[in-house]
Amino acid sequence: MNAAATVRAMQTAIPATTPGAQETSEPLRFKIRGLNFFYGPKQALYGIDLDVPANRVTALIGPSGCGKSTFLRNLNRMQETIRHTRLEGEILLDGQNILELDVVKLRKRVGMVFQRPNPFPKSIYDNVAYGLRINGYKGSLSELVEKSLRRSALWDEVKDKLSHSAYALSGGQQQRLCIARALAVDPEVLLLDEPCSALDPVTTAKIEELMFQLKDSCTMVIVTHNMQQAARASDFTAFLLDGKLIERTVTSKLFTTPTDPRTEAYITGRFG
Amino acid sequence: MERHFEHDLEELKQRLLWMGSLSERAVHQAVQAVLDVEEHMAESVLEEENGINEMQIEIDERVTRLLAQQQLVAIDLRFILAVSRINNDLERIGDQAVNIAQSALRILRHPQVKPYVDLPRMSEIAEGMVRDSLNALVRGDIDLARSVLARDDQVDLLRDQMFRELLTYMMENSAVVFPAFELILVAKNLERIGDHATNIAEDVIYIVAGRDVRHPALDRR
Amino acid sequence: MSFRTAWRKSVNIVMLSLTGACALVTVSVLIFILGYLAWNGASAVNWDFFTKLPKPVGDTGGGMANAIVGSAKLLLIASLIGMPIGIMAAVYLAEFGGKTFSFIVRYTTDLLNGVPSIVIGIFAYAVVVIPMKHFSTLAGGFALGIMMIPIAVRSTEEFLRAVPRNLREGAMALGASKWKTIATVIVPAALQGILTGLLLDVARVAGETAPLLFTAFSNRFWSPGWNQPIASLPVMIFTYAISPYDDWHRQAWAAGLVLLGLVLVINIVSRFVMARRAAFLRG
Repeated sequence: MNAAATVRAMQTAIPATTPGAQETSEPLRFKIRGLNFFYGPKQALYGIDLDVPANRVTALIGPSGCGKSTFLRNLNRMQETIRHTRLEGEILLDGQNILELDVVKLRKRVGMVFQRPNPFPKSIYDNVAYGLRINGYKGSLSELVEKSLRRSALWDEVKDKLSHSAYALSGGQQQRLCIARALAVDPEVLLLDEPCSALDPVTTAKIEELMFQLKDSCTMVIVTHNMQQAARASDFTAFLLDGKLIERTVTSKLFTTPTDPRTEAYITGRFG
Repeated sequence: MERHFEHDLEELKQRLLWMGSLSERAVHQAVQAVLDVEEHMAESVLEEENGINEMQIEIDERVTRLLAQQQLVAIDLRFILAVSRINNDLERIGDQAVNIAQSALRILRHPQVKPYVDLPRMSEIAEGMVRDSLNALVRGDIDLARSVLARDDQVDLLRDQMFRELLTYMMENSAVVFPAFELILVAKNLERIGDHATNIAEDVIYIVAGRDVRHPALDRR
Repeated sequence: MSFRTAWRKSVNIVMLSLTGACALVTVSVLIFILGYLAWNGASAVNWDFFTKLPKPVGDTGGGMANAIVGSAKLLLIASLIGMPIGIMAAVYLAEFGGKTFSFIVRYTTDLLNGVPSIVIGIFAYAVVVIPMKHFSTLAGGFALGIMMIPIAVRSTEEFLRAVPRNLREGAMALGASKWKTIATVIVPAALQGILTGLLLDVARVAGETAPLLFTAFSNRFWSPGWNQPIASLPVMIFTYAISPYDDWHRQAWAAGLVLLGLVLVINIVSRFVMARRAAFLRG
């Protein structure tokens, strides 16, 4: 029997506790209960319960196809843009069900950064100002643009070329631009879907430092296939497998003494 | 670019140095208890042992956490591995100090066997070795670390000298066997303290120069 | 060298020559047309040509000012009809369409594109000219506009589809509604392509003659407003070329040259537009 099969065979021995329940008394930003998600007839997420503490970084890890990106994209209802999908269960943002909120307002509070940098074919300034403009912001755009670029550690590199095309920037700079663009509308939560997978290690380190600094003002949920990144950069880590949440705990504990053998098999690389 | 885990490494170093100062003080007080026949000093050493042991556990937890979460390499990796080893050496030094204190408590019921000559000299060297090995850690000073290694032989010689002398005393006068025996134990403990200080110095050289100088007799090419 | 190798080599050479020759023919045709037009019409392309009205039948001299303006007016109306409909339909197809309806729309668009231009002219005649009881610029513009629609739809749809999906997601994740995303991100991103497609569309219908024959008809004078018959370059070429007058023949060549020049200018302008935008995006 290969390692994965051995581990799956041990499933019956697992005690039935709610793996996603809170361990500490941190205030929560997101509370997800009983999340089932379907692509047409095919179920992708099975009864996920997860707590996302405020002003902390929560990482989602798991093998390819385990549903972590699907899960993340439900938090700002981006999955609705795909046809024939269905969602069951509760996703509460500060106590309110996000399905009852206006989706535009939701996405102002919950921003997203994607795997490949996707700046608009506009100038750097216009990219950052985009979210502000479409939401009818009436104040000093330039101030907010500068503030966002500072928050994403990009200001010094672009301050004299704000009118240049965003495409003139390197990959790492473009990703930081996308972060600045998302931060411009001052979201409470930032969702990051494998933000560093297209970037080199030095740029990745810069973005991880950025996340560390942003924590105080912004809750972050990051999906990553890079376990070391989850270990380095997050406060809480959740392990997903085949659409189910297996374990979720304080990161240092997950990577030293995980409770579930499947988690251990995955993080030690013994997984298939 | 400053990484936030550097803060964690710095804290770890501070904890280790604090533990070092606790161990250093324990040794000094234990020896004073023997030399000056001070009962309360010996007792204070026994009381403070827990503090040293708690620090060892805390440092080990921090080391585990850092190893799991950060992919430390090069100097950071050598540092944390050395911290783990130094942690254990410091705890053993604390244990040796406790042993010396216990011997002190047992000796004070007996008259002094002989004027203490070698003992204060040996303890001065051993304490100096502990102090200097920790200073070498603080400053990353290889030369200071090497000087610690050099003094180990002196401590060993003094121990042998004390053994011979005390044996002679025990053979001449059976009444002093008990305290003399305790003094032999104290000498043994001090020699072990010197060995642990030597280990710490070797770890410092490992951190700074990346060389493992532990067993020079082994030809490691 | 074995037989097989020799055979392969000669096949290669033959094919290379054949394909090269055909490519040469393609280029030569354009050069031939240009050359022929220039040779025959260049002498008639002068200031009078651009500024004067046609002289009465039989007299030499005069120009085609009214035809040039006429073509412009007709193309204006055609653009006002063809472009908005084309773009909006393309937006529907690219962003909203359900499977069956989109298929029907695309299929019928392609069919419309294949309808002979003269049939479109008859359609415009029945729908515009007869109720109005006379030929008009509107009718001509209407016919040309209908001809513009299929290409506008297909070309715009192509460029809209070419906008990467992650740009849409980026906009939506910032709280943009579907329409705002289309208007502020997708269309601007596809703009250079769309504009190019539309300019080329205009260039194509600029030379259509058949539909104008019974919609705009022709006019030897200026055509004020939009309700009168109007002269246009293609119809003038037709009229002059089959006439018995040499002077008119020369003017027909000149008109052909001007028309071709117009098409070339539009092509060059559209390339310039694309290059400018590409340079901006490269940074």
